[in-house]
Formats: sequence, C-alpha cells, structure tokens
Amino acid sequence: MKVLVAVKRVVDYNVKVRAKADGSDVDLNNVKMAINPFCEIAVEEAVRLKEKGVATEVVVVSIGGKTCQEQIRTALALGADRGIQVEVEGNAEPLVVAKLLKGVVEKEEPQLVILGKQSIDGDNNQTGQMLGALTGMGQGTFASEVVVDGDKVNVTREIDGGLQTVALTLPAIVTTDLRLNEPRYASLPNIMKAKKKPLDVLTPADLGVEVKSHITLLKVEPPAERSAGIKVADVDQLVDKLKNEAKVI
Amino acid sequence: MDYALTDDQRNIREAVLKHCSQFSDEYWLEHDRSGEFPTDFHLSMAEAGWLGIAMPESVGGAGLGISEAAIMVQAVAESGGGMSAASSIHGPVFSLEPIEQFGTEEQQQRMIPPILSGEQKMCFAVTEPNVGLDTTRLKTRAEKVDGGYRVNGEKIWITNAHVANKMMLLARTTPLEECERKTQGLSLFFTDLDRAHIEHRIIPKMGRHAVGSNMLFISDLFIPEEDRIGAEGEGFKIILQGLNPERILLGAEAIGLGRVAIDRAARYARERVVFDRPIGMNQGIQHPLAKCWAQVESANLMVMQAASMFDAGQDCGVQANAGKYLAAEAGFEACHTAMLTLGGMGYAQEYHVERYLREILIPRTAPVSPHMILNFIAEKVLELPKSY
Repeated sequence: MKVLVAVKRVVDYNVKVRAKADGSDVDLNNVKMAINPFCEIAVEEAVRLKEKGVATEVVVVSIGGKTCQEQIRTALALGADRGIQVEVEGNAEPLVVAKLLKGVVEKEEPQLVILGKQSIDGDNNQTGQMLGALTGMGQGTFASEVVVDGDKVNVTREIDGGLQTVALTLPAIVTTDLRLNEPRYASLPNIMKAKKKPLDVLTPADLGVEVKSHITLLKVEPPAERSAGIKVADVDQLVDKLKNEAKVI
Repeated sequence: MDYALTDDQRNIREAVLKHCSQFSDEYWLEHDRSGEFPTDFHLSMAEAGWLGIAMPESVGGAGLGISEAAIMVQAVAESGGGMSAASSIHGPVFSLEPIEQFGTEEQQQRMIPPILSGEQKMCFAVTEPNVGLDTTRLKTRAEKVDGGYRVNGEKIWITNAHVANKMMLLARTTPLEECERKTQGLSLFFTDLDRAHIEHRIIPKMGRHAVGSNMLFISDLFIPEEDRIGAEGEGFKIILQGLNPERILLGAEAIGLGRVAIDRAARYARERVVFDRPIGMNQGIQHPLAKCWAQVESANLMVMQAASMFDAGQDCGVQANAGKYLAAEAGFEACHTAMLTLGGMGYAQEYHVERYLREILIPRTAPVSPHMILNFIAEKVLELPKSY
C-alpha cells in the first residue's frame, strides 16, 4: 500500500511571529522555518504504517518554492521513501493546494493520503476536506488513531465532547490531530540516507493545474496588547467588578 | 571563501537542537544538583547515531568531519545542556581518533562500535598529578610482562572514569632516561577499566557536576598486548593527532554556552520591567550583551576555520589553539555578563546562567590553559624565544 503525505513549510512553532511594519503580511525575514507540526505527525503515522508492514512506500509531497525541499528532506530523514516538490512561488491558498494534491494523487494513486488537520500559519483547516471533495475519496479528519483493516481504514476522530470512529473504504484521506502520535527525532544515519533519496520537482502545469488566487490578504496586525490589571480592595469589590464590569458572573 | 554553514551542516545543527529539546533546563539543573550522569541523554544521542559523526562508516560512523562534529557539540551546549551535555558525549568524537588512525582493522571493529552505540562508555586517561601539561614526563609505568603489560601509576582529571568500562591510557613503556628523546617511550592502550586494579576518587569541583572528574590509582593492572594502539613507544605521537580536534570541539562548546547565556540574558532583559520599562531598554544592559554577541560570533569564525582546515588535512595547530582561547574567553565574558544582566536572579540556580558561568571555566582552563596557548602562539607565529 502506498501512502502519500503532504507537508508544509511554516514558521517554527517556537518563533514569536511578528507582522511587517506596513501590516502587509507576517515578517518572514531571518525567521526559522520548520515542518508544520501536524504534517510532522502525518509523516510519523505513515512511517509507522510502513514499519508495521501495512504500507510499502511513503511518498512525501510539499507545495512551495525551492526552500520547501528542506522540509521534504526532513520528512525523508524521518523515514519517508521519496519526495515530490510542486514548484509554486508565494503562499498557495488551500483550494490551490488541494487541486495540486489532487493532481499528485492521480499520478501516484496512493491508497491513503495523510495530511495535517491544519497548518499553524494559515490555520485554515480546509485542505484535507477540499481534497476529499475534489477526489471523491472518503475522509477521516482530526484523527487520534488510524487502523488499516483490509480494504478499510478505521479512523478515530477527536470531536466535541468525545471520540468518534469512522470506517472509510480505501483509498481515503486522513487528517491528523495533535494526539495521534509523537513524532520521532531524526537520527544521523537517517539524515545521511535522506540526502540520497529521490526528490522530483513538478510544476503545476505538469499536473494540469492553473494556480489562481481567490483570496487577497488585506492586512495583518498583532493582537492588542493586554491592558494592565487592577488591584481590588476586598471580596465585595471583586464580586462587584466581575458582575458589572467584566460581566462574567 | 565561504563563512556560512552548508545546507547539510545547517541540517545537522537543526536536528541536534531538536533532539536536545527533549532534555529541558530542569533536566540539566537536576543532574547538576544530584551529580548523576545524564544516562538518558547519552544513550539517546548514541542510539540516534550522533556519537559516530566523525568516525568512518566502516565502524558504524557517519563519515563526516570535525567541522560537523564541532557544529554538533556546539548545538548540544547551546541547547542549554552546556558542558554537562557536551562532555557526556564528546569523548568518543575525538578520543577514538587514535584507534581509527593507528589501530588494526581487528582493533577498530572490536573497540569502536560498542562506544558509538552507547553500550560501553570510555574515558581518556592521560593527565597525571605533578606533571600537568608536561605530558612527556608522565610517570605511569607499563612494564612488559608475558602476553602484555603490567601498569602502575596515578592519573588525574579523568572525566567519566567512574562510569566508564573502557579506558584510553597513555603510559611509559621505556623509562625516560633510556630514551633518546623525551617524546619517545610512551605507549597508548585502549583497555578494560578493571576496577579490581583501578581505584577512582571523584574530585569535588566547581561545576559540571553531572559529569564527574576523577583521580585514578592504578595498581598491577594487566593490559594484554592486543590492547596496545600503534607501535610501542609511539604513544605520544599518536595522541598528538587528537589534540587539535579536542581544542576545536571545546572551543565550539564554549561558543554554544556563550550563545545560550546571551540568549537567556536578552530574554530576561526584554521581559523584566523595572521603573516601568524593560531593563533591556537601557544601553547599560544592551551594550555589554551586544559586545558579547560580537565577540562570541567572531571567535566562532576562528574555531570553524580551524575545523575546516583540519578536515582539509592542513596543519591547524595555531588556529585550533587560538580558536579555543578566543571562544573560551568570549564565552566566559558572555556567561558573566548574562549573570550581571539577571542581577540577583542570575545568582539563583533556577535561572540557569550561574550554572553556565561555572561550566564555562572548563573550556577556559582545559584541555590547555590560556597561558600555554599564548606561549604557543608567541613561539610558533611570532617566532619569539621559548619562555618556559
């Protein structure tokens, strides 16, 4: 069984994100970049499926400029077998990404596509679902457990108030939630091996997709600074403020 | 001339930093307090293949250079692990070099893989009390007996000897008075650390408590012939090969420690509000830290120059020594300035910078003192007369 995993290059989760002075976008100058954490969980899940003998090949795909090859190499160092970069300049929006992924899916014909539930930069939570709609494949989103069983995959989903398990007929799409697994740390021998693994570069034209933007980013601004707290004299005053000013009780 | 890390080197740095992020500041603080060896850290680094970074692939290494090894130990120190983390793993990176270069095929296969996998730990027993840096005068004696040698003597400042199963030992096989030159007559061994014949005493010291340093008392230790590395009497020449890598790695670690100290201080200076503004708004806080940054990063260039010269097979003695000297001085200044930036809190263990300050004194004094480095530069570069 072939597994396709999508990974996105995003600002490292440890970095404190700043808006550009003119508010046109997030400032990415000299900022540390990394694999989107949910995508890393997707890679780990695919590699575990391979280690269990369920998957035979793990293909990792990223959509972006040449720099996103770094994240593909990271995924290869975690155990994926080969990489595909779809060359797109700038920030591709979810619908474009989903269309490009559909092209890759048609080319590669994987039985399972694993994506992060969302990327920590755009926070859209759309790509997996859009890919489901475009390909007609079943989808199990927000997965906390993935069990492949014959021609089906059982996906336990984290939903409001509990868990829901769905059975999907393969081929299917899974999007990962935080608790699906804890990704491993790349070992040095695997980092060295990753350098020799194949990495193909495709253009949107190769996949028959026209990159067209439907969204215009108008403005990026930092959250308002927290205003200073106050000291209350006694419990009565506290209750009064909570009731009449904060209106929380 | 390229001063930037290659993509692969950057990858290594990122991967090591990420690996080390499993081990928190509290982990290192607790190990510093308890004096317990950071076994989990050591094993995790060994299992992930990092100990063999500069060893050839034929013995289970990655076949990379001292440049990559320096980048690795620097990231380890910079992660907040400091010298405790670095010293728990750097031994195999440079101390196995003599076996790799001078050992037989059989010795390489027998000795190196168990150290790289973390199954065995090693120590490097060269320094002796009363001899100091005058290595050729060391007194530990290995007398030829049937099938090997019988060893008696004392060693001091032997890192990890209390937890090691293997020992790289330099001992005199021919008495000094019978040698033509004082650099002759020393032999190198890699052998079991047999506790029936070796007593260790941990030296209470200022910092890096998690990685102990020991006095060793060796009495009638038998070392089989097959544990001698290289020819008898050639030991001094052989260990000289490993000295430059050791200086380069120690320099890189001092840079790592300096960087983490500056980072912690800058973070504190941004967040700590006194007189209604962050203390980092004051130039009295900013300038010393900025100066430290400039010094640490410039020292790093010298360390990395030495590393790339070593990897290119060039003589890098001057650069390796100068790099270690600059890195340790700049690192010390950075750790000290960081402590002053944190004021009273800098003196509290929970803010970690006092631990860095205690640890930076190690690369400042070891493996060679700043005085001896300056002597070396004066003599070798400036062609001034030998002063000692």
